[in-house]
Amino acid sequence: MQRISIDPITRLEGHGKIDIFLDDEGNFANSYFQIPELRGFERFCVGRQVEEVPILTNRICGVCPEAHHMAGAKAVDAVYHVDPPRTAKMLRELLYSAFYCTDHTTHFYALAGPDFIMGPTAPVAERNILGVIHKVGLEIGGKVIQMRKYGHTVVEMIGGRKVHPCTSIPGGLTKGITKEQRDEIETMGRWAIEFAQFTLQAFNDIVLGNKEYVDLILGDIYTHHTHYIGMVDENNKVNFYDGKVSVVDPDGKRLGKYAPNEYTDWIAERVEPWTYLKFPYLKKVGWKGFVDGKDSGVYMATPLSRLNAADGMATPLAQAEYEKFYSTLGGKPVHQRLAIHWARLIELLYAAERWVELVTDPEITSDNFRTIPTEKPTEGVGIVEAPRGTLTHHYTTDERGITTKVNLIVGTTNNYASIQMSTKKAAQNLIKKGTPITEGMLNMVEMAFRAYDPCFGCATHSLPGQMPLEINIHDVQGNLVQVLKQNC
Amino acid sequence: MSANGKPKFAMYWAASCGGCEIAVLNIHEKILDVDANFEVVFWPVAMDAKYKDVEAMEDGSILLTLFNGAIRNDENEHIAKLLRQKSKILVAFGSCANEGCMPALANLSSIKDIMDTAFTTISTENPSNIRPQPYFTVPEGELHIPTLFPIVRTLDQVVPVDYYMPGCPPESHQIAAVIDLVIQVLQGNAQLPPAGSVIGAGGSTVCDECARKRDVKKIKKFDRIQNVMIDAEICILEQGVLCSGPATRSGCKAICPAAGSPCIGCYGPAEGALDYGARLMSAVASVVDSNDPAEIEKIFEGIPDPAGQFYRFNLAGSLMRASKSGWNG
Repeated sequence: MQRISIDPITRLEGHGKIDIFLDDEGNFANSYFQIPELRGFERFCVGRQVEEVPILTNRICGVCPEAHHMAGAKAVDAVYHVDPPRTAKMLRELLYSAFYCTDHTTHFYALAGPDFIMGPTAPVAERNILGVIHKVGLEIGGKVIQMRKYGHTVVEMIGGRKVHPCTSIPGGLTKGITKEQRDEIETMGRWAIEFAQFTLQAFNDIVLGNKEYVDLILGDIYTHHTHYIGMVDENNKVNFYDGKVSVVDPDGKRLGKYAPNEYTDWIAERVEPWTYLKFPYLKKVGWKGFVDGKDSGVYMATPLSRLNAADGMATPLAQAEYEKFYSTLGGKPVHQRLAIHWARLIELLYAAERWVELVTDPEITSDNFRTIPTEKPTEGVGIVEAPRGTLTHHYTTDERGITTKVNLIVGTTNNYASIQMSTKKAAQNLIKKGTPITEGMLNMVEMAFRAYDPCFGCATHSLPGQMPLEINIHDVQGNLVQVLKQNC
Repeated sequence: MSANGKPKFAMYWAASCGGCEIAVLNIHEKILDVDANFEVVFWPVAMDAKYKDVEAMEDGSILLTLFNGAIRNDENEHIAKLLRQKSKILVAFGSCANEGCMPALANLSSIKDIMDTAFTTISTENPSNIRPQPYFTVPEGELHIPTLFPIVRTLDQVVPVDYYMPGCPPESHQIAAVIDLVIQVLQGNAQLPPAGSVIGAGGSTVCDECARKRDVKKIKKFDRIQNVMIDAEICILEQGVLCSGPATRSGCKAICPAAGSPCIGCYGPAEGALDYGARLMSAVASVVDSNDPAEIEKIFEGIPDPAGQFYRFNLAGSLMRASKSGWNG
């Protein structure tokens, strides 16, 4: 048996690691995607004052603290049985929409873009954000920086800080926004809509206009028939901040929708002894292993999942793109993992439209942004859609509001089983006896999990869009027989 | 110096969240100054290079390394030692590297307790009570994952550190100022501060840069922020909500209090404080309006989680560093 280790691929609270085993013939035998670190938030968030937990859990991830702050805020509202004023909810969602624009932009241009715009087997030196800028045009680099800046400006105005926001508390926010800030946020939001349209156009011209890329997206190697989940509003349209989580099967049939406090009826997590990360699955369907199909509880929670689990988008421009998406790819649901990239851009447009919708609401500058809780704290669940998947925070407290239990199911974690399957399938298809393993092949394996934008720490947001990979192939005796490198 | 004559720069994350990297990227166009003045040789978020590239460098050949993240496992420790060896100037960058930050609250529990909690939560189906194993044999061979150290450590508990740059994360204007300073030093227009200095921060407390009004009012009760409609002008502590401003180093421009939220202490201990929590407790005790032990006890019931409130960022860097169960692993 030979072993190929890909270590480090990148980080999730440390590093991710892939071990690929080959049989004695040199054919693919199996692969394991391991997460080698655990920080223990579910333990050390216990014993804390519950209003602190949305601030503590920010530190799970400095790239998407906004998601943890919002899920935490909704959980502490629920713990205190308090319904924040409409203005508070709108301000939180406004912050969140601006954050989404920044986050999705970074992923597309820095990480995913290079594979499509430069091509999956383009020379490494070109397959990065600089290559993208050279090909699409220099002014686009400036626009990407501008989008990041605008997003962070809104996060700071409402959240108090650019990184790790601090203003959401049980019952609302510690501050509102002024009319001057409102005007500034509106101007930035209108610019964001244009930016999102420009980005979709670029995707249309470069990717959809190229048959080779379309074939790659539609090909079997990056396809899995699984269940999908995503939050929807009362009209079953995609929503990032509030609503119920819709669950659909591989045929696109809705199995149901769950409210945050019903999540344990739907989601369970499996423990494997070879990794620190758990594998969530649909409890009602059950765990059948790392397999596709209707009988397997494996699900995915990504931009594509949200589109598959919803009936449409709540804003007009994004809805038109949604319709085009499904008519181009042959109807719902779409199972091809590389289509996540396209779905992400449709969400970018929705987030920008939603940003403007919220900031132009007459009540957005109201002083009524807090409700003081009056009931005893008990237990509460908050769910938002993090860019990388459904994010669940569940806190239980004593009557003083001191946490006694904390449970977190984090965005990327939802997709762990699916990512394990995707990397396995890619490796299985590419690594064959007698076929030399090339750098381009490694990138094709990497593309299998890059589509998920896995937050294995933030290296997945690395500027060149490429993670350093080194594959060491050992023979049965452990002797190094071949070394393959990429960006090393 | 490198072949192109530029001094070498590195930035690394150990056990961290990535927020420090985002803070550096948030200096926007200033990042071009870094590029113009340094050769970036190792920075996982921004470029690709491997550990072995660093191993191959001459000792002391990297001029400046910004190291963020705490030391949680053997890999973190290995890279800390390696970068110490290769760097002339090693900066503990951000709260995790300086003082452990919030993840060091894990030092209040044993690893067993942490694992037991994580793998038995309400949504976890674990009938065989499985725990991840450092070495596990699958049908195809043996798999390995690192073992966690019993406690989270700060960077200077593992290797000597030249400068300390606090914040969770450091504010972008402070990062930009430090980069400017280093460039000035390179051009011969400025001197480096004495070794061991705190850089990118002020010398006083957050209270000193907070715009809220203080009138040294005493308080009879501590309350939690969810119960208090915070006045926009008055000192948050004087409104009875615990604020870490009096013990915390200045440098952030008091952004959290400006947003109606108490200082949580992310810039670490103020100048001269031997133990952050002790300094904060003494500052807080001084605003309590009572001399009656029973009444004082009652007043402090308003702070039901003192460990979390007084050592939120600083447990690993404090005098005790961990609880007994933490030390015992």
